[in-house]
Amino acid sequence: MESLPSEQIATVRHIVAQHRDRPGPLLEVLHAIQAAFGYVPAGAVPVVAEELNLSRAEVHGVVTFYHFFRRTPPGAHTVSLCQAESCQSMGAETLAEHAQKRLGIEFHQTTVDGRFSLEPIYCLGNCACSPAAMIDGRLYGRVTPEAFDALIAQGSTTE
Amino acid sequence: MTTVYVPGDAGALSVGAGEVAAAISAEAKRRGVAVELVRNGSRGAYFLEPLVEVQTARERCAYGPVRAADVPSLFAADFLNAGTHPLSLGLTESIPWLKSQQRLTFERVGVIDPASVADYVKHGGYRGLERALSLSGGEIVQAVTASGLRGRGGAAFPTGIKWKTVLDQSTRTKYVTCNADEGDSGTFSDRMVMEGDPLSLIEGMTIAGIAVGATQGYIYLRAEYPHAHAALKTAIAAAYQARYLGADVAGSGKRFDLEVRLGAGAYICGEETSMLESLEGKRGEIRVRPPLPAIKGLFGQPTIVNNVVTLASVPWVLAHGAEAYANFGQGKSRGTLPIQLAGNIRRGGLVERAFGLTLRELLYDIGGGTATGRPIRAVQVGGPLGAYIPTRDFDTAVDYEALAGIGAMLGHGGIVVFDDTVDMARMARYAMEFCAIESCGKCTPCRIGSTRGVEVIDRILAGIDGERNVRLLEELCETMVQGSLCGLGGMAPFPVQSALKHFREDFRARV
Repeated sequence: MESLPSEQIATVRHIVAQHRDRPGPLLEVLHAIQAAFGYVPAGAVPVVAEELNLSRAEVHGVVTFYHFFRRTPPGAHTVSLCQAESCQSMGAETLAEHAQKRLGIEFHQTTVDGRFSLEPIYCLGNCACSPAAMIDGRLYGRVTPEAFDALIAQGSTTE
Repeated sequence: MTTVYVPGDAGALSVGAGEVAAAISAEAKRRGVAVELVRNGSRGAYFLEPLVEVQTARERCAYGPVRAADVPSLFAADFLNAGTHPLSLGLTESIPWLKSQQRLTFERVGVIDPASVADYVKHGGYRGLERALSLSGGEIVQAVTASGLRGRGGAAFPTGIKWKTVLDQSTRTKYVTCNADEGDSGTFSDRMVMEGDPLSLIEGMTIAGIAVGATQGYIYLRAEYPHAHAALKTAIAAAYQARYLGADVAGSGKRFDLEVRLGAGAYICGEETSMLESLEGKRGEIRVRPPLPAIKGLFGQPTIVNNVVTLASVPWVLAHGAEAYANFGQGKSRGTLPIQLAGNIRRGGLVERAFGLTLRELLYDIGGGTATGRPIRAVQVGGPLGAYIPTRDFDTAVDYEALAGIGAMLGHGGIVVFDDTVDMARMARYAMEFCAIESCGKCTPCRIGSTRGVEVIDRILAGIDGERNVRLLEELCETMVQGSLCGLGGMAPFPVQSALKHFREDFRARV
């Protein structure tokens, strides 16, 4: 397992300390770690386990249960395409095929230049404006392949 | 100074409301006109978003759908004084799509500034709490029971009965939790409440806490809703500031604290016991019932678990009386239902009406048919675990019992529309695939059954041994329905079975 550099271990310990006294803090801790690092590094698991007096298996089990927690660093931009029924009724599959071709990757992958990660997502609650996408936390509706290309072109020029 | 409303609702933002707001500010500055910009919630008419409203001497005038590029021409047409423009919609309240609704739970959504306690109170907010504070816990619960309010999350359990169970427990620590893990495709009513009128949810939870003697509340919010998260945090802080939360709720001497906890992208956490596990910081694996959460819930204590819309309906019930609420609706489906028209629909959005409208009225009269202009072939009601309904059943009323009568379910009130290009065998495959992705893994019928379901449908789609595999699929569905521990594995076969029943030709084509 990758072990974390000492300053990152200190960050993890600091995060745990902020949440330790709240009831049932593990998810909150993992959210804070992902906010700090962009993902939950494997090396953070034993540190969190030790600090919260849990087993490594328990922490690993929680990290891997939830789709939202990443175990690899994301690209500079995370593109999530809704694949649920409402968006399917408005062409989400076509959009997904287009997006994978445009970015040259499949779902759950990151482009070689590290710019984009592509993820499926199951409902963004924007079902009256399907198909929906979320890019770096910004929501988009009625996304056509052309609109998608325009958004990606923006993302290609910004960090 | 003129007040202009541009929604800050995520759905409106997704189609450009942010750019429109910025353009209005910039154009006002350029022209030297004073404009107060309020970021309200959405009225729910998403086909008109971004919907811009101007406060005139009389009422609010609406324009939409507005693009940022339209803003200079709106100013030129003097929209600040309700001037006419090609995008004029007249008075907001007179827009037929909105006028035909009966908004109780959503009465303030899209109307007020969601971050302002003063605006909330001005529009009737906290009257329910005021009334509740004059009653005993038992009387509050009695009012909720008498209103006929049932869980709007999907299970439709009578809210008052759930509260009574928690009230009757003698433990010192109890909790009120709100299930805001709105994961069903085709639903967004919870999100709209949380973004457009979050204080109604906060007030509902406070009333629940005071009713049953709980001093701590948690809102379990899905991670896919960052806008709702921000709106809730702002509103909770404002409620503390105004002393509607904390050690002395509205000067009553009673305590109620509230915080938001984020989920992490697991559909199963919308199941109440799984949600409780997740709130405790664990894997969201479901718990076997009994014991019910009302007896042994969060951290082993008696816990109310209610959906956002359910809790946000409580202030209205208390403020206007149980009878007033029960006067809406029919049979055992009392009150109003926020229906969400979604997917391939021309006029999609949030429709709050008393129970009793038929699917046909909703889909054609209100929704205007499909967005693509093609005929509707099927609708899925109640999310990914809901049955597909064919057009011949469109005269069914949208209430709990009528839908159950045709083998469907209302769920959280979402209706996803498909036109005649839909391949129902593929939709059936998706239902199984979704269940496989989202299964918590605790019970075998769901964990393994869903994966086998995908494989069997793949064989049917590939034309391999069609008749036999269709029979196998039917048996597998039966096993999952009968043998699963919770609603995910237990209901994921519903869309599959309904597709087989009503759209068998889509499977037969490959047989």
